[in-house]
Amino acid sequence: MFWLIPLFPGASAFVLAVFGKWLSKKTVSWQACLSVFASFLVSLVSFFGLLKISPESLPVIKTLFRWIESGSFKADLSLQLDPLSSVMTLVVTGVGFLIHVYSVGYMAHDKGYKRYFTYLNLFTFAMLILVMGANLVLMFVGWEGVGLCSYLLIGFWFEKHSAANAGKKAFIVNRIGDAAFILGIFFIFLIVGSGDFRAITGAIQGGAVTQGLATLIALLLFIGATGKSAQIPLYIWLPDAMEGPTPVSALIHAATMVTAGVYMVARMNLLFTLSGTAAQVVGVVGALTAIFAATMALTQNDIKRVLAYSTISQIGYMFIGCGVGAYAAGMFHLFTHAFFKSLLFLAAGSVMHALSGELDMRKMGGLRKYLPLTYPTFLIGAIAIAGVPFLSGFFSKDAILNQAFAQGQYFIWAFGLLGAVLTAFYMFRLVFLTFFGQERIEPHAKEHLHESPRVMTVPLVMLAFFSIVAGYVGLPIVLGEKANLFNRFLEPVIPPGHEGAHLSLSAEWLLILASIAVALCGIYAAYVFYLKSPRTPHRIVARFPVLYRLLYNKYYVDEIYNAAFVKPLVRGSQAVYDNFDLRVIDGTIDGTAAATGFAGRVLSLFQSGLVKDYALIVLLGVAVFLGYLLF
Amino acid sequence: MIPVGWFIGLSILLFVLGVIAFFIKRDLITMFMAIEVMLNAANLAFIALAKAAGSLAGQVIVFFVITVAAAEAAVGLAIILLVFRQKKSIKAEDMRLMKG
Repeated sequence: MFWLIPLFPGASAFVLAVFGKWLSKKTVSWQACLSVFASFLVSLVSFFGLLKISPESLPVIKTLFRWIESGSFKADLSLQLDPLSSVMTLVVTGVGFLIHVYSVGYMAHDKGYKRYFTYLNLFTFAMLILVMGANLVLMFVGWEGVGLCSYLLIGFWFEKHSAANAGKKAFIVNRIGDAAFILGIFFIFLIVGSGDFRAITGAIQGGAVTQGLATLIALLLFIGATGKSAQIPLYIWLPDAMEGPTPVSALIHAATMVTAGVYMVARMNLLFTLSGTAAQVVGVVGALTAIFAATMALTQNDIKRVLAYSTISQIGYMFIGCGVGAYAAGMFHLFTHAFFKSLLFLAAGSVMHALSGELDMRKMGGLRKYLPLTYPTFLIGAIAIAGVPFLSGFFSKDAILNQAFAQGQYFIWAFGLLGAVLTAFYMFRLVFLTFFGQERIEPHAKEHLHESPRVMTVPLVMLAFFSIVAGYVGLPIVLGEKANLFNRFLEPVIPPGHEGAHLSLSAEWLLILASIAVALCGIYAAYVFYLKSPRTPHRIVARFPVLYRLLYNKYYVDEIYNAAFVKPLVRGSQAVYDNFDLRVIDGTIDGTAAATGFAGRVLSLFQSGLVKDYALIVLLGVAVFLGYLLF
Repeated sequence: MIPVGWFIGLSILLFVLGVIAFFIKRDLITMFMAIEVMLNAANLAFIALAKAAGSLAGQVIVFFVITVAAAEAAVGLAIILLVFRQKKSIKAEDMRLMKG
């Protein structure tokens, strides 16, 4: 019955889209939230069912019907449940449900309320199809579906020019990645003859795929992942995507959709492992992105943009995990990240809500006494992401970095560690600027300053709870071979061999201590910079003006892309428009019209309107006819 | 017994006169009469040839032609009357509504 999971939000989205006009706001809220909650319950039941099934009978597949049959190309509409899908469905429906509830409060006064919940339900449906599809074709449908919903929700306030543009940017950048992704799918069909995940696994294990081909396919698929999961070089759309409503940023652009790339890489882990080169590329891109995005987050003043760069950076960590062969660790970070990052976004949304939509941290400060629930939950999220021990982010980030070290990828490990310092630093910069220090709130915002309603704070508290405890399903190896329940659960999909070499226990302990040390260093640095002596940042900016400007302007990547790709494309299109469209196409059509008009004008000379002229023509006609008959 | 050729000759003469009258006259009523002359020229040819051939078919056709001519005269004259009311003229060249 696990195939019911996507059905609820899908049906709800359909009802809202078709009959939403006649439903009251209250009905819409209940229906949208309960449909996702129903999915969550079914996911939970399926999860416990999965625990009882022996690993040999995995994955559980439900084929609904034959979907496409065209020559040798066949695809079923079939859903599957295995540990990997199960983790994803739990995250999508669980976090998704909380965000739906939060949205009821956050969007309460928006005139696009029903449209919003239609999109949100549709997104949940598409995301569930993505993670439950039993073949690549169905997965691609979900993949595109979430892309569409992302576009619709980024541009939700489409009357705002910047929002409409951000939506377009996200869609177009994703198209670039998707072009490569679909090429990869075609190659798989060419070689394996099927998009079914079991068939692909069988073909790889049977040796039907050579290493070179595996590299080609894996790299093509990974380009798709860089688009969807906002990695170098296609990460540029995600910061702009913050134009959408904040719960959308939390659900789509932090917890679920952007991690689809990680899910896909984990799903195709045999292919990446077989290739080796591709896995190395994944790891390097992940490491570069992790640190590159973290540096950009240092100087941003927009609270949501900091979180957006932080998301890019954290997904980089997930790819580091996949790249060094620790797919389970990557998935574990995806799992914990979903909780604390959506928590951070929702808490940021609550701050915005309290300050009448203010996003600039320079106009905040000292908010902790006004927001008695938002502040502690935000703090928990920040501690979790910074990698302080005993919270979830610590366990998952540590698992990734330990594996990177154990596999001998010292550069990647060093990059990850450096990224961890930066993460702790910029997160606590955010905390200190927003909740501590002197108040810099605009007077008109201060009048309405209030804690958010309970419908928004309860999801915050729930997410904060999970941000603390979610890590305990994947305890590090130093606490015992069997401590990592998460990895053991994923074993049927991700063979434990991938976790590779194990370090000695003392080395593990040292690595853990190093992680703790860097996290605390980052936090302390932020404390010194932004609380103890708030003038330090200015001095540093004055000392390194070029570096600051480089970071503040995000390395000018947008400008470079604009000059290198967008402008030439626009200019080329303009040239084609001017020369081909206007001259050749329009010329042909205008010419046809002119020729017809000219012919009409000439022929109309015969229509004099005089009866006698017509009679003369009849007479001449008869004469000609007779002449022809007689002679 | 007058040879049939004479009748045909007279018929042709009447028809040509009708055509000429149709083209040189300017008012609609005279042009209408020219059409009647042409119709009757045709009738004459029909009857003469029917008599010569000893068949009744030609004579029957003439009755049809006379009937049609009567109907045409009724409709045509009504049209001319209405045109005159509109334009205060029955000159053919004043009717140019169909000019392209």
